[in-house]
Amino acid sequence: MSKLLDLQFLAGHAHYLLFIVLMMTGLFIVVDKTNLVKKIVGLNIFQVSVFMFYVSIGKVTGGTAPIFPMDDKYHVDKEALVGIAYSNPLPHVLILTAIVVGIATTSLGLALIVRIRESFNTIDEEDILHIEQEMTRDDNRKYGNAMGGLA
Amino acid sequence: MIDTVTNIILLTMLVLTALAIVRMERLFAVVMLSGVFSLLSALLFVTLDAVDVAFTEAAVGAGISTVLLLGTIALTKPVERRARHTAFIPFIVVLVTGAALVYGTLDMPAFGDPNAPAQIHVGPEYLARTPDDIDVPNVVTAILGSYRGYDTLGETAVVFTAGIGVLLLLSGLRRRREDEEEDQA
Repeated sequence: MSKLLDLQFLAGHAHYLLFIVLMMTGLFIVVDKTNLVKKIVGLNIFQVSVFMFYVSIGKVTGGTAPIFPMDDKYHVDKEALVGIAYSNPLPHVLILTAIVVGIATTSLGLALIVRIRESFNTIDEEDILHIEQEMTRDDNRKYGNAMGGLA
Repeated sequence: MIDTVTNIILLTMLVLTALAIVRMERLFAVVMLSGVFSLLSALLFVTLDAVDVAFTEAAVGAGISTVLLLGTIALTKPVERRARHTAFIPFIVVLVTGAALVYGTLDMPAFGDPNAPAQIHVGPEYLARTPDDIDVPNVVTAILGSYRGYDTLGETAVVFTAGIGVLLLLSGLRRRREDEEEDQA
């Protein structure tokens, strides 16, 4: 813990701390807010902060984007390559895939929300829980004895 | 140095946007702010040298995602109801998780360290071999389309599955609504 007071250490890790603050803001929205659309937005915030964190691992100080210079025949100019530092391209590739998968899950979640609104006429988690408890109570009153106990 | 300052400013703006999303109750404003959040994160991706990720995030996060969210609030309710429970327990959960994550970053190499394990493993290999193997100037494209092409194939399968799922969930929306109206009439 004494590391956190060291200025040089803090300068090297300030990015990580801020990414974690962002992640936790997203997590707070997911856990605290009851509106389902807002939960999806919180999930997106969390997801994007994880992406930023992951990409930041591939960053090299003084490096540039991993795109090579080309010669006049549109091939990679191998002589111009020497002495240029490039950031690690591998995290970028993985996060590109993750972004597209993320939008796929988001759209599926939003479609589920539309169906939930159709069935319950609300998109609020607490209201849905309330309605479901009512439904269980009704079922117990009607069929409880016939089924030999509470559902 | 200037890079670090830019990054910190962008991250501060991101945190402020996220906090505004927490406070906001009108969902339209929340959706617009999430678009702002995506664009700011795209800027941060540029300063992190991930230009491909930046334009994907700008197109997908600020574009498609915003459109989908707007469509959802058009089909549902545009205002959030205030929660009945207190924010105390969620706050504690978030605080504990955050503390655990900060503890996890203490052992990480400093930001931008050229000798970090991530930079001396297979990363340089891809950079060194791309000119001869693939001869495409953008290394990210080379890895995405060739070295790790199966990942991209799997991603396409995921998107396809999600698309079918959305279609199945939403198909017959209008038909069910008309049935409902007939029942009421």
